[in-house]
Amino acid sequence: MYENPDGVMIGLEVHVQLNKLKTKVFCGCSTDYHNDPPNSHVCPVCLGLPGSLPVINRKAVEAAIKIGLALNCKVEEHTQFYRKNYYYPDLPKGFQITQYDFPISSGGYIMIEGEDGEHRVGITRAHMEEDPGRLVHEGTIDKSKYTLIDYNRSGMALIEIVSDPDMRSPKEARRYLDKLRNILEYLDIFDGDLEGALRVDANISIMGGQRAEIKNISSHKGAERALLFEIVRQKNVLRRGGVVVQETRHFDEAREITLSMRSKEEAHDYRYFPEPDLVPLKISGWAPAIKEMLPELPDARRMRFVEQYGIMDDHAKALTSERKVAIFYEEVAKIADPKISAVWICDVLKGELNYRDLTIEAFRKEDMLSVIELLMSKKITEDGAVDIIRTLLDKGGSPEEIVKEKGLLKVEGDIVSTAAEEAIKENPVAVSDFKAGKEKALNSLVGSVMKKTKGRADARAAREILLGKLG
Amino acid sequence: MITKKDLEHIGWLSRLELSEEDREKYTPKLNSVLDYFGELDKADTGGVEPSYHVMPMSNVFREDVPIASLSQEEALSNAPKNQDGFIKAPRMM
Amino acid sequence: MASINELIERIHADSSEEIVTEYLEKIEKSKLNAFITVAKESALLRAKEIDSQGHDGPLAGIPIAIKDNISTKGIATTCASKILTGYIPPYDAHVIEKLKEAGAIIIGKANMDEFAMGSSTETSFYGPTLNPWDTTRVPGGSSGGSAAAVAGGEAPLSLGSDTGGSVRCPASFCGVVGLKPTYGVISRYGLISYANSLEQIGPFATSVRDVATLFDVISGHDPRDSTSVDRETNYSSALINDVKGLKIGVPEEYFAEGTDKNVEKSVRDAINTLEELGATSVEVKMPHTKYALSAYYVIAMSEASSNLARFDGMRYGLRTEDSDWHTTFSQVRAAGFGDEVKRRILLGTYALSAGYHDKYYLKALKIRTLIKQDFERAFRDADVLIAPTMPYPAFKLGEKIDDPISLYLADVDTVPINLAGVPSISLPCGFSGGLPIGMQVIGKHFDEAAILRTAFAFEENTDFHTRQPEGS
Repeated sequence: MYENPDGVMIGLEVHVQLNKLKTKVFCGCSTDYHNDPPNSHVCPVCLGLPGSLPVINRKAVEAAIKIGLALNCKVEEHTQFYRKNYYYPDLPKGFQITQYDFPISSGGYIMIEGEDGEHRVGITRAHMEEDPGRLVHEGTIDKSKYTLIDYNRSGMALIEIVSDPDMRSPKEARRYLDKLRNILEYLDIFDGDLEGALRVDANISIMGGQRAEIKNISSHKGAERALLFEIVRQKNVLRRGGVVVQETRHFDEAREITLSMRSKEEAHDYRYFPEPDLVPLKISGWAPAIKEMLPELPDARRMRFVEQYGIMDDHAKALTSERKVAIFYEEVAKIADPKISAVWICDVLKGELNYRDLTIEAFRKEDMLSVIELLMSKKITEDGAVDIIRTLLDKGGSPEEIVKEKGLLKVEGDIVSTAAEEAIKENPVAVSDFKAGKEKALNSLVGSVMKKTKGRADARAAREILLGKLG
Repeated sequence: MITKKDLEHIGWLSRLELSEEDREKYTPKLNSVLDYFGELDKADTGGVEPSYHVMPMSNVFREDVPIASLSQEEALSNAPKNQDGFIKAPRMM
Repeated sequence: MASINELIERIHADSSEEIVTEYLEKIEKSKLNAFITVAKESALLRAKEIDSQGHDGPLAGIPIAIKDNISTKGIATTCASKILTGYIPPYDAHVIEKLKEAGAIIIGKANMDEFAMGSSTETSFYGPTLNPWDTTRVPGGSSGGSAAAVAGGEAPLSLGSDTGGSVRCPASFCGVVGLKPTYGVISRYGLISYANSLEQIGPFATSVRDVATLFDVISGHDPRDSTSVDRETNYSSALINDVKGLKIGVPEEYFAEGTDKNVEKSVRDAINTLEELGATSVEVKMPHTKYALSAYYVIAMSEASSNLARFDGMRYGLRTEDSDWHTTFSQVRAAGFGDEVKRRILLGTYALSAGYHDKYYLKALKIRTLIKQDFERAFRDADVLIAPTMPYPAFKLGEKIDDPISLYLADVDTVPINLAGVPSISLPCGFSGGLPIGMQVIGKHFDEAAILRTAFAFEENTDFHTRQPEGS
């Protein structure tokens, strides 16, 4: 049982950009703007020109339903759009089209790895809305002399996923975000690697205080940092006898602190009302049909991997925690031994990738198959295999070439045998120590064999041979 | 009844800068209109659903097919201030 | 004044360029201030093109005036507001695309009340338009420029928009024909919104036939407007001079206290005329009419407060000196909007704000339901309804502009139609002291055919529409 001594309650609002759609949510502008100049993917609708009107993208509604289902939500048969009225320079119409009453889905949950095992996080609602534009400040937001606006992002389809305040630590918040991102990637509606794909606002309170809303969090790590800072800040306020007030705070990513945004802006009154330019959606029948076509989700795939491939649950979890890794694994395991594949992908490849801040795309599945094949046929040692993987990541090439260049082919048994005999002859002290019961003395003999074979001998095999000759 | 103080708040929500003189001028006129709207209270609307839309339409969609956007030049052509392809807005704080 | 058919004959005999030139000269000499922008060069260029290349559209070579809240690519579109200073739309409204396809020539952008908020065209930043029948009087509004241009012979056709009577009111005051179609029949794409859930673009002309021809051109489904309906129609074919068996409903609530005696008499005489032609009339009850005006203004102002939020001087329009953005936005909007627009934004913001939303906005929408039901009931007994368009003929310039309530009260007979989304056509049915009187023929949803036919039969058997103001 996790005690949660400070009574931390964290709820997250995650904005997910449906960046795999071809067009924006209410207009036909292409979503493929990430490498293009500012304001080059805009039209009268997403620029908010007078007289333009929104029309909803059918695929965005389908994606919203997919997300609702994947988060175990109830998907509504009647849903509609509202205007949220507020001013901000990134908002071209002076209101945002979003949902309010009758959101498309609500009342779901996901399971995360909590402080004390499996932990359920409730999903309050997941609704559709439009993304505002992007603001660029010269320097920092509070010092910049002007603001530059790029509306290419304006009108991108967003799903806002609001969680219940069920997370009890920054670590759980991060795990929630990881899990959420993973589920979304399985649905194939979102590319988490694109800029601005997933943005987070966090609500956090501790026992004895009101909640603060932290805005401008753009990474999972950032969320954890912001929340850690905020807990310390709130505890300090309470310790000094102060009051934690309800407020909005801005996360300064560079300094890893949150700043109060105390201003008149706090006096929000969004004046929600139904968007007259969009008609309601009556989508009974859509959810069951989409459910049929829903892809396998991470938890189901993890269970299947354990069952189908006989691998350890920890491996299955690691393999399925990223959709691309899971696909990579299954392709390898189709040809090579599934258990050995799991070990090498989870325990070696993922570590090497993380170390280099690379993703699975940096490694070819053919190379993984070659390495496993070389290992299985005992042509290379495990150390050699690790060396090949590292070299492939750092310099490229092919496993066969690397084996040749680095001379990694495991040496033949009689060469090891000769080397063992030489080692015994050359190290009489170690031999007598060993025979006197000092087991560790064997290590120096193994070392000597490895040196003579330039590391190409399998250490375990060398040990066996030495034991045989000394025995 | 709205007071001059209320009007200041409504002006803020509407992003309309109102001078003292404006507030003096608007308050009685707005109140006379609100008085007139008081008529609404007399209507019995018990059990009546609101008509958000006048036509009973639903499910109007676009397909997910890109169409040509404006050129950057067209997009910026009406912006009073722009810089390096961006629209230039005032400072935030 | 020339009809479309007469103009087509003249274009064939002479040229479109000549016709366009004549209208341009007329506009130039006029004191009515019906136009904010005259598109002289582009109009002449297009006329020459049509003359040289030919065009088989139904409006080939015919000039038209467009209310200045309809987006025209390359031609300034101001909504008669200072805040849109310098704005030149990079796109055409759906109706403009349709007109261009049909060969029509945009001769200019017509004056209007600022953002269509008014019933007199006096709230225009560009000064009021004058009534061609009496230049000391208003032309009605908000599409006052569009109606005055047609009545004054400065354009044979024009487009307006009708949120709470803004086509029918000036049609009535200027003695021309104006139609507010069923909500959704004409695409609003490119119409700068005042109150989206209420408004429709509508045609003006000097006869029912020309209104129908223009309506045929600009109506029809548009996938860019989610509220646009998809129906095959041919309105011109509805023009039959026969009302035998037609059941006319007469809503007594529309002849209430405050209605001018001459207006009431003219409209009742018109109903008699139709009865003589074979129609029958029956009194219908529309008990919620008395709440319509308040409900209309609450809804319109609420939607407007949100629609007009986009005017902040960043992407287009007026920009004042920069300060922090909150202050800059507030100053741009304070400098750019006129008094009536500010009043409506403030009231609309108030009506939607926390604590008042249910009292005003939600209540008004419930009343809207009751008004719709009034119409549904009335149409069980009648094919069309006939009522005065305006309770009185054109009033004097300056008479009501400082008193919002008395100005709003002028819309008492027009706003219920927008709340219900039904179609209504206003056409001349009499005169009072040299000023035209208009009656409106109201139909069921999508039954424009019935009101056009009724109006056409009336017009064929009377001569009110043939009278013209002096000098037109």
